[in-house]
Amino acid sequence: MSENKRVDQPTGTETVGHEWDGIEELDTPMPRWWLWTLYATIIWGIGYVILYPAIPMLNSASEGLLGWTSRGEYEQAVSARETELEPIRQALVSTDIRKLHGSPELMQQAVEGGRSAFKVHCVQCHGSGAAGSTGYPNLNDDDWLWGGDLEAIEYTLIHGIRNPDHDETRFSQMPAFGRDGILQATEIQDLVSHVRVLAGREKQSAAATRGAALFEANCAVCHAADGTGDRTQGAPNLTDAISLYGLDRASLTDTITNSRYGVMPRWGQRLDAATIRMLAAYVHSLGGGEKLPALQKVADTLNEGDGDEQS
Amino acid sequence: MDNLLVKAGGWLALVFLAFLAMVLAVDGGFAVHMAIIMIACLIALWVTISKADYAAIGRGILKAPADPGKYDDDPIRWGVIATLFWGMAGFFVGLYIALQLAFPVLNLGLEYTTFGRLRPLHTSAVIFAFGGNALIATSFYVVQRTCRARLAFPRLARFVFWGYQLFIVLAATGYLMGVTQSKEYAEPEWYVDLWLTIVWVSYAAVYIGTIVKRSEPHIYVANWFFLSFILTVAMLHLVNGLAMPVSLLGAKSYSAFAGVQDALTQWWYGHNAVGFFLTAGFLGMMYYFVPKQAERPVYSYRLSIIHFWSLIFLYIWAGPHHLHYTALPDWAQTLGMVFSIVLWMPSWGGMINGLMTLNGAWDKIRTDPIIRMMVLALAFYGMSTFEGPMMSIKSVNSLSHYTDWTVGHVHSGALGWNGMITFAALYYMVPRLWGRQRLYSLRMVNWHFWFATIGIVLYAAAMWVAGIMQGLMWREYGDDGYLVYAFSEVVSAMFPMYVIRAAGGLLYLAGAAVMVYNVWMTIAGKVREEKSMTETPHDPEADKPLVAVPAE
Repeated sequence: MSENKRVDQPTGTETVGHEWDGIEELDTPMPRWWLWTLYATIIWGIGYVILYPAIPMLNSASEGLLGWTSRGEYEQAVSARETELEPIRQALVSTDIRKLHGSPELMQQAVEGGRSAFKVHCVQCHGSGAAGSTGYPNLNDDDWLWGGDLEAIEYTLIHGIRNPDHDETRFSQMPAFGRDGILQATEIQDLVSHVRVLAGREKQSAAATRGAALFEANCAVCHAADGTGDRTQGAPNLTDAISLYGLDRASLTDTITNSRYGVMPRWGQRLDAATIRMLAAYVHSLGGGEKLPALQKVADTLNEGDGDEQS
Repeated sequence: MDNLLVKAGGWLALVFLAFLAMVLAVDGGFAVHMAIIMIACLIALWVTISKADYAAIGRGILKAPADPGKYDDDPIRWGVIATLFWGMAGFFVGLYIALQLAFPVLNLGLEYTTFGRLRPLHTSAVIFAFGGNALIATSFYVVQRTCRARLAFPRLARFVFWGYQLFIVLAATGYLMGVTQSKEYAEPEWYVDLWLTIVWVSYAAVYIGTIVKRSEPHIYVANWFFLSFILTVAMLHLVNGLAMPVSLLGAKSYSAFAGVQDALTQWWYGHNAVGFFLTAGFLGMMYYFVPKQAERPVYSYRLSIIHFWSLIFLYIWAGPHHLHYTALPDWAQTLGMVFSIVLWMPSWGGMINGLMTLNGAWDKIRTDPIIRMMVLALAFYGMSTFEGPMMSIKSVNSLSHYTDWTVGHVHSGALGWNGMITFAALYYMVPRLWGRQRLYSLRMVNWHFWFATIGIVLYAAAMWVAGIMQGLMWREYGDDGYLVYAFSEVVSAMFPMYVIRAAGGLLYLAGAAVMVYNVWMTIAGKVREEKSMTETPHDPEADKPLVAVPAE
């Protein structure tokens, strides 16, 4: 084929002599920088293979001169962090939660840990800013369903809300007044009017007056005669503007007709005590945290609870 | 006549078989697929009967002989149209799912239109339907011309085209119905895999057969690449697709591999789908159309040999870099990374050979929009094949993996390299295949170039920013040593980047729409009056197979 070789004018390079459909090939040597870079990567590769785990054998692989493993690197990083955190976690668990406010530095560390754990375990329902959404309480305000002091919040975290397989869980259930035939549809509408008057959403009306009588007979036992609720049962305060499921007529009608049954997992079986305490401290720090119950309060208030708001 | 009866009877039998399978199917997806196959067989039956050359049969000739003095270009013309059709479909679905990521309401609350169903529809449509049809069409075009021979088995070549379209339809409808084996880029279920195997083996037979009967003494470099693509994809598909169906009348199957072995097999497949489908195959395209359009000799024969063999030897080992920091043993991760980095220069060999082929014709970048597309394709090829090895380095990968950086990397390669080189090849082939004086409009090629280029830049830049931001936010620690961001906060931070990405996709789609119009008008025989640009002349007299002896 050498007879087909020719020198290409624009480049001054000889062709190889082949030709396909008019395409020829120049006999240009490989660019030196290209070749040397290829050699360099090969040499680097050989070095890397010597230093790191690389060659598979029958039962294991060559370990490499550096003795590096990805599992080892991971375990080292985790244990370094564990060592750093251990004293804080110990201190947190061994401190009486009622006295936590006495050590601001520990409290601050707990809040930071809680902030991080919250992003992993809680944001799915409560939102990344803890502002909640319909059915999931906003944790930034001071309106609490089950109590908003540190201890009450921690109790809610440990035992959850409405976990049917757990005796100590926060539990209450509002009747489904419409579905269960306790009230007629018209009565429910009157009741809705009254609740909206309580929340300041409507002016007083004849319907609301009829609703007030129904409220007295059916609702006051949990929500209190004045509608301010009862934290021992997680019965929301109806007199503020905050509502978990909405204060418009349709939502309230739905709530009274079918009831609601909000559930929160009990984290006591999923997270360790220190992390839960951190979460309690973080939620408490968001702005609505309450002081612990005063000493003169009767003992049964200790059973009440925690932390969610709503209306 | 007997032959016609046998053929028609065969199709009818297949219609009944498909009907039976449809009736007995154990799940809805399988039943729909059998119905599609039945319809395909009915169409084949109708074509067999209505298109038969009864006059020829009457004269005792089975089929009018094809003109041996011309290349067998029918399947290529169909392939060009199929490439454009599936390209538009794939780009549109891509734009739609990009918008879904920015505006989730576009999932429409229907299972069929969720991101999870549409995403494989997009990837398969652009890679296998658009890219695959482009590869089959250009490989048939190139192999005939560089071998100076007609396709080896003309009827099998037609079967390859139509069989491949059936594969695409089965795959696409399956995704929408949720029929998937959940292997990325290999989602079709067992029976669709089997069908593709038959089609692919036929493809290999036609291709290799044509090389075997070539009139040229040597095999041109483009054919080395096409051949490596066809053979390796066959091997990848066969191994990764190994599965046991739950029922022979149902869609569901279980992979032959489990756990980390399955992951490694999948990424051995997945990475080499990139390596041999999207790299080697398209390099084959590049090695023919760039020198033809530039009218220049290939830069370096020696470089093409070394970079070909080093590329195909190294690529096949690089897959484990998709599984860094997973349950995959460290030694396999090391090998994946080392082979990926050594792969850098062999990949760049193709870029150098392509770009430097323009030596002596550099002015064409200014004056020839098709050359401009090729140069941009090679530039993106070079960039992606540098970025890939870089991302395979473990410490880089720990930042980039699972982020949109990967998405940006893939798309700078897919939109920039595969898309642009395909567009350029189609623009080259269309006037020659349909015997037109020139394209309807070269100016429109220029518009397409700019739409696509700006689209790619928006897309890739948005994804780089998004990816690096995600990687940094996920590992951001506060003063107390705790992670700073919730995952959802990282997701909401992506919104502006996702909107920019969708805008880039829209531009790319718009460019492709201009191309469809341009090709349509060219085929219709129109020529747009416009200020002229550089054209590469075509000599129809030279574009013929060598016929030394009367055709058999």
